[in-house]
Amino acid sequence: MPQRNQLIASAALVVLLALLPLAGSRYAVDLTTEVLIYALFALSLNVLIGFTGNVSFGHAAYFAIGGYTCAILLTTYRWPLAISLPAAVVLAGLVAAVVGYFCVRLTQIYFAMLTLAFAMLVWGVAFKWKEVTGGDDGFTGINLPAMLTNHVSYFYFTLAVVTVAIAALWVICHSAFGLTLVAVRENNVRTGFIGVDTRRMRWAAFTVAGSFGGLAGALFGMYHRGMYIENAFWTESAQVLIMVLLGGMYSFVGPILGAATLHLLQVFTNQYTTYWPTVLGLILLVIVMVLPDGLIGLVSRVKARWGKT
Amino acid sequence: MSDVLQTMLKIGGLWKSFAGFVATRDVSFELKAGEIHAVIGPNGAGKTTFFNLITGHLRPDKGSVAFEGRDLVGLPPQRIVRLGIARSFQRINIYPRLSVFENVQVALIAHEGQQWNLFRPGRSLHREGTRELLELVGLAAEATETAGELSYGKQKQLELAIALASQPRLLLLDEPTAGMSPQETSETIASVRDIVKARGLTLLFTEHDMSVVFGIAERISVLHHGEMIASGAPDAVRNDPEVKRVYLGNNAHG
Repeated sequence: MPQRNQLIASAALVVLLALLPLAGSRYAVDLTTEVLIYALFALSLNVLIGFTGNVSFGHAAYFAIGGYTCAILLTTYRWPLAISLPAAVVLAGLVAAVVGYFCVRLTQIYFAMLTLAFAMLVWGVAFKWKEVTGGDDGFTGINLPAMLTNHVSYFYFTLAVVTVAIAALWVICHSAFGLTLVAVRENNVRTGFIGVDTRRMRWAAFTVAGSFGGLAGALFGMYHRGMYIENAFWTESAQVLIMVLLGGMYSFVGPILGAATLHLLQVFTNQYTTYWPTVLGLILLVIVMVLPDGLIGLVSRVKARWGKT
Repeated sequence: MSDVLQTMLKIGGLWKSFAGFVATRDVSFELKAGEIHAVIGPNGAGKTTFFNLITGHLRPDKGSVAFEGRDLVGLPPQRIVRLGIARSFQRINIYPRLSVFENVQVALIAHEGQQWNLFRPGRSLHREGTRELLELVGLAAEATETAGELSYGKQKQLELAIALASQPRLLLLDEPTAGMSPQETSETIASVRDIVKARGLTLLFTEHDMSVVFGIAERISVLHHGEMIASGAPDAVRNDPEVKRVYLGNNAHG
């Protein structure tokens, strides 16, 4: 019954989070909203990294496409949220499908470099297409529906959307499709010989990852009431990659833990010093040297030791 | 036309070379439905290349491969598996970090085309079928173990179970007993023969152990430096002067 326990624990967590605004701290509510968005972003990337075994260095592209699309449709075109948000997801997914079509022809470092190259193209478009995206001034003044302008209501909106999205990702990752992705990750050649077109599987994983990454980006843009070209920059792609590695890529929940830990560390570090990149470097060092399975790996190692004594 | 058995696999004028080295030289070959057929030859004779050309792992430079009348040249492995040809590998080729159970389960999922099902929980599918296959190859007790931690012989059995999960009509086993003890070898061969006969499969296998080959093969083909120098009933091949000269006579070990 471990799955049932997981379900109960997740439901309890969502209820607990829903009670958070009652504590009355605007700071805590805002911080949690950000963590929820990053958790979804990291989980979306892990479909590609942890489940399919394809490391993308350009995941910020889909985050940015989702964010800009939603922002522009809401503000420039005055479309309702109920259309703008799904449209942002669809567009991010479509671009991921086109980019993925080329990327899955390559593997390993060549795959990673191509994802990076496409992401830089997306960044370039955001930078240069000033009349639509605002260029390096950013796209600001996003027109949110009145009912979401309050930070608590936006928190609830984010909690609801992220919960549904994570549930959907959970179903996908544990489906027959998800198990076959794991097979592709573990032994690509063998998986061809059991009758699977592994390239198409990787393509599908790329598209799924991009779509959910776009959703995270749309939530992010609306939360900040603006999208900026930095959101499409490769450092964003690196940051979400570190979230995944920090949490643990071979576990479904790992990236959530990684996103929460890294984001909170960043916020707290920035209160005391301006040396966040140095801290980030140290974190990366620790992951690579002592936490190859991330925090989740650490948890299970500690559990195993406790279980023995 | 005198033979009641139908031709299942027909290969004509097959060539393959790697950077000037000819691994397969004008090989023509016929496999009848229902037979147990061994391909023998010293190491480096081109047996594995021959298998790779049939299963789409490699593309021939020239020549034809027809399975039940259908041309296979240029088809990727996943298409060829779906037409009914499954294989095992000489070097263990499993999912070492997945459980023994999952190794077979995912092959059954793939066989049913369920890899595109984004909703049904993967681990709930084909539990019965997986159990049956594991029992068939004698791995029922190891179902929950990590596949990579099995003994070598058991990993070979797992290879067989994965191949059978694709429900092939033609089974290609590349050195199914390589690296096994004599005890394991004879058990494996007996079990393979039983499975093949019970399921009405056609078996094409490579092997370097002559006792294995002459023990179960109904027909034998001999590869030497990429050329098919003989093909026929075991006794005919055993007495073929060319075969004797290059292979059996002086170096039966290979």
